[in-house]
Amino acid sequence: MKYLLDFRLKEISHSSPDDAMLVLEATDPVKGRKALGEARPGQFVNIQVLRSHSTFLRRPISICDVDADRALLYLYVKNAGPSTAALCSAPVGETFSILMPLGNGFDFSHRPERPLLIAGGVGIAPMLLTAKEMNKAGIRPGILIGAVSADRLILTRELAEAGELFISTDDGSLGEKGFVSQHSALGRPWTDIYCCGPLPMMKSIASIAAGRDIPCQVSLENVMACGVGACLCCVEDTKEGNLCVCKEGPVFDTKRLKW
Amino acid sequence: MEKENINLSVDLGRGLVIENPVMTASGTFGYGPEFGDIVDLDRLGAIIVKGTTLAPRQGNAYPRMAETPSGMLNAVGLQNKGVDYFINHIYPTLDHIKSPIIVNVSGSQPDDYAEVCRRLMPLDRVKAVEINISCPNVKEGGMAFGTTAAGAQAVTDAARRAWDRHLMVKLSPNVTDITEIARAVEAKGADSVSLVNTFLGMAVDVERRRPVLSTITGGLSGPCIRPIAVRMVWQVAKAVGIPVVGLGGIASGRDALEFIMAGASAVEIGTANFVDPAATMRVLDEITGYCRRHGVRNLDELRGII
Ligand SMILES: Cc1cc2nc3c(=O)[nH]c(=O)nc-3n(C[C@H](O)[C@H](O)[C@H](O)COP(=O)(O)OP(=O)(O)OC[C@H]3O[C@@H](n4cnc5c(N)ncnc54)[C@H](O)[C@@H]3O)c2cc1C
Ligand SMILES: Cc1cc2nc3c(=O)[nH]c(=O)nc-3n(C[C@H](O)[C@H](O)[C@H](O)COP(=O)(O)O)c2cc1C
Ligand code: FES
Repeated sequence: MKYLLDFRLKEISHSSPDDAMLVLEATDPVKGRKALGEARPGQFVNIQVLRSHSTFLRRPISICDVDADRALLYLYVKNAGPSTAALCSAPVGETFSILMPLGNGFDFSHRPERPLLIAGGVGIAPMLLTAKEMNKAGIRPGILIGAVSADRLILTRELAEAGELFISTDDGSLGEKGFVSQHSALGRPWTDIYCCGPLPMMKSIASIAAGRDIPCQVSLENVMACGVGACLCCVEDTKEGNLCVCKEGPVFDTKRLKW
Repeated sequence: MEKENINLSVDLGRGLVIENPVMTASGTFGYGPEFGDIVDLDRLGAIIVKGTTLAPRQGNAYPRMAETPSGMLNAVGLQNKGVDYFINHIYPTLDHIKSPIIVNVSGSQPDDYAEVCRRLMPLDRVKAVEINISCPNVKEGGMAFGTTAAGAQAVTDAARRAWDRHLMVKLSPNVTDITEIARAVEAKGADSVSLVNTFLGMAVDVERRRPVLSTITGGLSGPCIRPIAVRMVWQVAKAVGIPVVGLGGIASGRDALEFIMAGASAVEIGTANFVDPAATMRVLDEITGYCRRHGVRNLDELRGII
C-alpha cells in the first residue's frame, strides 16, 4: 500500500558540509506508523521539495531507516543539486509531502547464509534498514562500505552493530586504501551480494559477482517523475525489455540487466 | 454535495455522461490502479488510460524525461504492451472501478487506429476512445497526423468507421491554426475534441554538451504550457459545435475553471499527478468549493462565459 503523508522535520545533522541526515516525524502518527511499518529495505520515498523554486517534480530518496513506533522516517541526503541542497539545509519544523513506500526493495526472503552488503556514497543509506531487517530475520551480514575519505563515511557505528563492517577509502584514511571492488573482504565465501552506489561501482561489483557465480542485487537510480509506474520515464533497458525502475525496481537481480 | 444541489455531471455526447468534469490525462495515470491507494478512482469523471497501439511498443531509449521550469519534457514514445494485452490482462483488472474507462488510441497509419478501435468495441466499460493524432505518420516521413487537416481527417475517419461509441479526438498544439484541425475532425464525425497534447520542446545538458533526452526533442507538459492551452481551448470552443475537453498544466480547481470558462466541457489532469498524486481529487474538491462559494449549481453557468 502506498501512502501520501506529511512529515515534519524533527532533527537534522550533518557529517559533512554537503550532506544531511533528516529525521522526519509523520504529522498523522496513526497513518505514519502504518506506512513506516510497511516500509521494506531498499524501498524509497518520493518527496516534494517546495523550498527549491526551480524544482518541479518530487525527488526519490531511499529509506535509510524507520522507527515505526515513533512514526519516524530517516533519510540521508547528499547535495547533488537544488532540491537535495534544499533538503540538506532544511529548517527543523519544515513540513514535507512524502509518497511512500515505493519500489520493490532488496529480497532476502530466501534467507541468504552469508550475505555481503556493498555500498558507496549515498548508496550507504538504504543499507542501514537492510542490515537491521536482516538481523531481525536472524541474519548477520557482512557490510562493505566505501568513500573518498574517512570523513565522508556515514553510519559506521550503526552498521558495525548490525554486521561485520569492512571499510575502504580512496585515500586510505580509514580501512583499506582503494575502491570497494578492490577490498580483500570480497574474497570471502559470500553467498549473496546486495549493492547500492555509483553506477561504475555497481557494475564492477556485478561483474565480480558474476565471475564467481554469486547472486547479486543492485539498486538503480534512474531519473523519475511519478515514482509509481505510471509515467514510464524511469525505464531501464533490461533483458525483459524496458522496465520501470520505480516499480519493478529499484532493486534488480543483475542477471536481468544488460550489464 | 446532493444536499447542496451542485450538479457537476457533463454529457459529452453519444452516451458519454461523466459524473464530474475531472478526468485523467493519458500517459500520466497509468491505468488507474497505480494511484488506487491515494485516489478514490470511483470519484473520477473518467480514467483515460495510457496510449494503446496495435502491436506492443518498447518506446524510446532512456533518458526519457527532463525537468524544466514548471514542467517537464517527456519522450516515452508510447511504450505499451499492445491492445490485445490490454484487453486480456489489463481491462479485467479494472472491473472494480466504477468510473468510465477511456482508451487513448495511437497508431502509425489510419488502419492501425481502426483496428485498435475494432478490437476494443466488445469491452462495454470502455465508454469512449480518445484518438491521439499526435503520432508520427510513417507513410508521411514521420510527420504527426495531427499537424495537417488531411492527416487528422484520415485518422478520424478510419476510427469513426470502426467505433460506434463516443469518439474523442486529441489535438496536437504543434500547429499554426488549431481551429482548422478541430473543424476538420468535427467534419469527420468526432464527438468531442480534447486539447492539448504536449508541445514539442528540447533541453540541453550543458555540462555534458548533449541533449538531455535520448530523442533530442520531446513533449513539454505541466503548468508552463497552461496559458497557451487555455488560449487554444478558447479558440477551438468558438470554432466547433462539439464539446471541448481542456488540458495542459491543470494543477488546481482554479486552473480547471480557467479552461471551463474558456469553453471546456470537461478537463484532464496530467503532469500534476506526478507532483501531487492526489491532484485529481483536490481539483474536484476545489471546483466544488468554488461552486459552493459562488452559488453555482451547474457548470453550464460558467462554461464558455469568456
Ligand atoms: C531510487 C532512488 C533512490 C535515491 N536515494 C537517494 C538517497 O537516499 N539520498 C540522496 O541524496 N539521493 C538519492 N537519490 C538521488 C536523488 O534523487 C537525486 O540526487 C536528486 O533527485 C537530485 O535532485 P536535485 O534537484 O538536487 O538535483 P538536480 O540538479 O535536479 O539533479 C542532479 C542529478 O540528480 C539526478 N536526478 C535529478 N532529478 C532526478 C529525479 N527526478 N529522479 C532521480 N534522479 C534525479 C540526475 O542524475 C541529475 O543529474 C536516489 C535516486 C533514486 C532514483
Ligand atoms: C509522461 C507522459 C506520457 C504521456 N503519454 C501520452 C499518451 O500515451 N497519449 C497521449 O495522447 N498523450 C500523452 N501524454 C500527454 C498528456 O496526456 C497531456 O496531453 C499533456 O501532458 C498535457 O497535459 P498536462 O500539462 O496536464 O500534463 C503524455 C504526457 C506525459 C507527461
Ligand atoms: S517514475 Fe514514473 S514510471 Fe517510474
